[in-house]
Amino acid sequence: MKEFFFNITWIIPVFPFLAFLIIILFTQGNRKLSHSLSIGSMVLSWLVGWGVVFSAVATPHLGEHPIHKSIPWFETGTATFEIGYWIDPLMAIALFMVPFVCLMIFIYSVGYMGYGTDEVDPNYSRFFAYIALFATGMLGLVISENLLTLFMSWEIMGLCSYLLIGFWFQKNYDDPDKITPRQAGLKAFLVTKIGDLFFVLGILYLYSQAGTLSYADTLFNHEFLAHLAETPALPIFGGWSAASAIAVLIFGGAVGKSAQFPLHVWLPDAMEGPTPVSALIHAATMVSAGVFLVARIFPLLNIVVELDHHNPTMALIAFIGAFTAIFSSIVALAQNDIKGVLAFSTISQLGYMIAALGIGAYVAATFHLITHAFFKALLFMGSGSVIIGCHHEQDMMEMGGLRKKMPRTFWTFLAGGLALSGFPIITAGFWSKDEILAHAWHEFLHYGTASWPFFVWLLLTIAAFLTAFYTARQISLTFLGKPRSQHSEHAHETPNSMTIPLILLAFFAITLGWVGIPEEIVGQGNNFFHNFVGHEYAATPLSIPVMLLSSGLALGGLGLGWMVYGRKPLVAGQLDPLQKGMENIRLGWLYKAMQKRFYFDEIYQAVFIKGSIKLADLFYNIDYNWVINPIVNMVGTITRGISNIFNKFDEKVIDALVNITGLSSVKLSDLGGITDLKVVDGIVNGIADVTGWIGENVLRPIQTGKLQNYLLIMLISMLAIIGIYLVY
Amino acid sequence: MSIPLNWFLVVAAGLFCIGLYGVLSRRNAIGILMGIELMLNAVNINLIAFWRYLDPARLTGQVFAVFVFAVAAAEVAVGLALVIAIYRNRDTVVVEEIDLLKE
Repeated sequence: MKEFFFNITWIIPVFPFLAFLIIILFTQGNRKLSHSLSIGSMVLSWLVGWGVVFSAVATPHLGEHPIHKSIPWFETGTATFEIGYWIDPLMAIALFMVPFVCLMIFIYSVGYMGYGTDEVDPNYSRFFAYIALFATGMLGLVISENLLTLFMSWEIMGLCSYLLIGFWFQKNYDDPDKITPRQAGLKAFLVTKIGDLFFVLGILYLYSQAGTLSYADTLFNHEFLAHLAETPALPIFGGWSAASAIAVLIFGGAVGKSAQFPLHVWLPDAMEGPTPVSALIHAATMVSAGVFLVARIFPLLNIVVELDHHNPTMALIAFIGAFTAIFSSIVALAQNDIKGVLAFSTISQLGYMIAALGIGAYVAATFHLITHAFFKALLFMGSGSVIIGCHHEQDMMEMGGLRKKMPRTFWTFLAGGLALSGFPIITAGFWSKDEILAHAWHEFLHYGTASWPFFVWLLLTIAAFLTAFYTARQISLTFLGKPRSQHSEHAHETPNSMTIPLILLAFFAITLGWVGIPEEIVGQGNNFFHNFVGHEYAATPLSIPVMLLSSGLALGGLGLGWMVYGRKPLVAGQLDPLQKGMENIRLGWLYKAMQKRFYFDEIYQAVFIKGSIKLADLFYNIDYNWVINPIVNMVGTITRGISNIFNKFDEKVIDALVNITGLSSVKLSDLGGITDLKVVDGIVNGIADVTGWIGENVLRPIQTGKLQNYLLIMLISMLAIIGIYLVY
Repeated sequence: MSIPLNWFLVVAAGLFCIGLYGVLSRRNAIGILMGIELMLNAVNINLIAFWRYLDPARLTGQVFAVFVFAVAAAEVAVGLALVIAIYRNRDTVVVEEIDLLKE
C-alpha cells in the first residue's frame, strides 16, 4: 500500500490541472458541472495526498532517506532538467494541509459565489477553473523534486493570484483613492515580481555552482553544501560565502511571496478579491509557500550557521520576520475592515514563521505554518460568511450583534480567533506559537541579553500580546452588542455549503496543536510532530516561564480587548475607544498612521512611482532641452553658416556666368520654340495624362489605408517572388 | 525519436497558416496581434525541430527561439500599448475603421 501511494504521488497536481483544462475549454456554460469537476478533482487529490501523508508517517527514517523519483524533462546542450517528486517530512506536512484546505475552500466557494441564488457570479465557472489551476500550482510546488519545477509552480500561483484578485475587474469605486480589484491585482503581481527576481538570481547562482537544481544533489548533499559555505561569493556580496549569498537571494523570493517587510504592501490590497480567494491564496496556502521555501532551503541556512558563524544571514531573516510581525500587528489594531484586520494578522503570523526560521527553529516554524493555515483559512472563511450574511458589508463598525443571528459562524470564528491569539492549552495556535517563543527565549539565553535573539524574542512576545488584543476587538465588534446598521440588523446565517467547511476547519484549529505538545509534558518520545519532522534538530526545551508568559499574554490581550470592546459594546456612531483613548493622550497622529498602514503605500508612491516619472522627465529634458536637441541644432546652425558662404559665392560668380549663358540661350531657343510647342509638349502632356490615369485608377485604390490590404499585398508579392525564385 | 521531422514541420506550417488567416481576416486589432503570435510560434517550432534533428550538439536553435519569443513579448507589449492608445483616441479597435495611413 505504501509503495502504491509513493509511486502515484506525481498524479496529485494532475487532477486539478485536468479540471482546469476541461472547465476552461468545454464546460464554462455549465455551472454545476464546472464546480463538480473542480471539487471532484480536489477530492481525488486529497485522497491520494493523505494516502501519501499517512504512508510517509508510517515510514521510519524518512527524514534521512527521502523518497524521490524523477524523469528527464528537457535538455539543452549537455544539461538535462528533470521533473519528479520528493517525499520527505516537510513535504508530507504541507501535503497534509494543502489539499484539505483547498477542498474546504472549494466547497465553501459554491455558497460564496452564490450558486443557486439570484446573485450568482456571472463568471462562476471561470472562478472554479482558476482556483483549480491555483491548486495545481500549490500541489506542484509541494511535491517538486527540484528548484526549477518549484519555481514554475510558484509562478503559476503568482498568475492565479493576479487573476483572482482582479476577478471582479469591472468593479469601480466612487472614491478615486480606493484601490480597485484591477489595480490590486496588478500591484500584487508587480510587487511579488520584485521578490521573484531575487529568487531567480538565487536559483541561477546555485545552478552555476552545482550544475543541477535537484534537491538530492544540492540542498541535501552535505559535501556540496560544505563546499558552498567555503566558496567566497561574487565580490558584490562583500566577504560572504556563496552559501549565504544564495540563501539571501532565495529568501528575497520568500519576502515577496510571504508579504514580508518591505514587500508587504500587496497583501492588504489583495483582499479586493473574492473572500474564498483571500482564504485560499492570501492566508492559507500561497503566502505560506514563501515560508515553505525558506524551510526547504533550511539545510543551506544551517550550513551557514555551522561553518560561517559571523554571517548575518540568519539575523537578517530573523529580524525581517520579527519586525514584520510586530509592525503588522500594530497596524491590525486600527483596521476597521473585517478582512483588513485578518490581512495584517496574516502578514504578522508569516513574520512569526520567518523569524522562527531565522533563529533556527525549523520544527516550530513548520508547526506554526500548518496550524496557522487551518485557523487562518477558518477565520477568513468566517469573515466571508459574515460579509455574505450582512449583505456585502465589510466595515466592522457597521456590524455587531451577529452572535445570535449567525451562531455557526460565531462559534467557529471564535475557535479560529482563540487559536490565532494562542488561547492556552486547548488551541492549536498556542502550542505552535509557544514553541517559537520558547526557541527564541532559548537562543537568547544562549547568546545573552542585548544580543539579536533577545530583540527577536522581545518583538515576537509583544506581537503575541497585540495579536490577542486585536482578535478580541474583532470578535467583539463583529459579534457582540447590538447591530449598528441596517445590514447587520437583517443578517442571516449562510448556507450549509459555507458553514460545514467552517466546522471541519474549526475542528483542526483546536486539535491540530496536540500532535506537537513538548515531550516534557506528554512523555519522552511522544512529541509526534517533532519526531516526524525534526529528528535531526534538537527539540526546543520546554521553558515553564515562557509558557506561563505566553499564556498570560494571550489571556491578558484577550481580556483587555474584551474589557475595551466587549464589556460595553459600541453603539452606532460611537468612536473606537482605542482611537478616543489615543487621542486623549495626544497620540491621535499615531492612530491615524496605524489606520493608514504607516503610509507605506504613499511612501512607495512618492519614491518609486513619482521617482520613475521624474526620471523619465529628466531624460526628456536631456533629450529635448539640454543635450541631444541643442547638439542637433548647433550642427544645423553651423551647416547653415557654411551654406550662406557658398550662397554669396553663387550670387557673385556663378550667377554672372549663368546670365551670360542665359542671354545667348534665349536667342537660340526662340528658334526652337516652335518645334517645342508642337512636338515636345504633346509628349510631355501625354506622359502626364497616362501617369495621372494610373494614379487615379490603379495606385490610389491600393492605398486604402487599411492594414490588412497592405498585408495581403505583401503576402501576394512575397508569394510571387518566391514563385519566381522557385521557377528559375 | 520516433516522430519524424516532417510531422513537426506540418504542424508548424498549419499553425503558420492559421495565424496568417487570423492576421488577414480578423477585424479586431488584438485578434491580429494574436495571429502574429501564432505565426511567430510556428517559426519557433520550426527552429526547435530543425535544431533537434539536424544539429542537436549546439545550442543555436534554442537560443534563436529564445530570441524570437523575447522579441515577440516586446512586440506584444508595444502592440497592445498602441491598441490602447488608438482605442482612447478613436474609440475603436476595428482595423477597418483605422485608415489614417491613407492620408
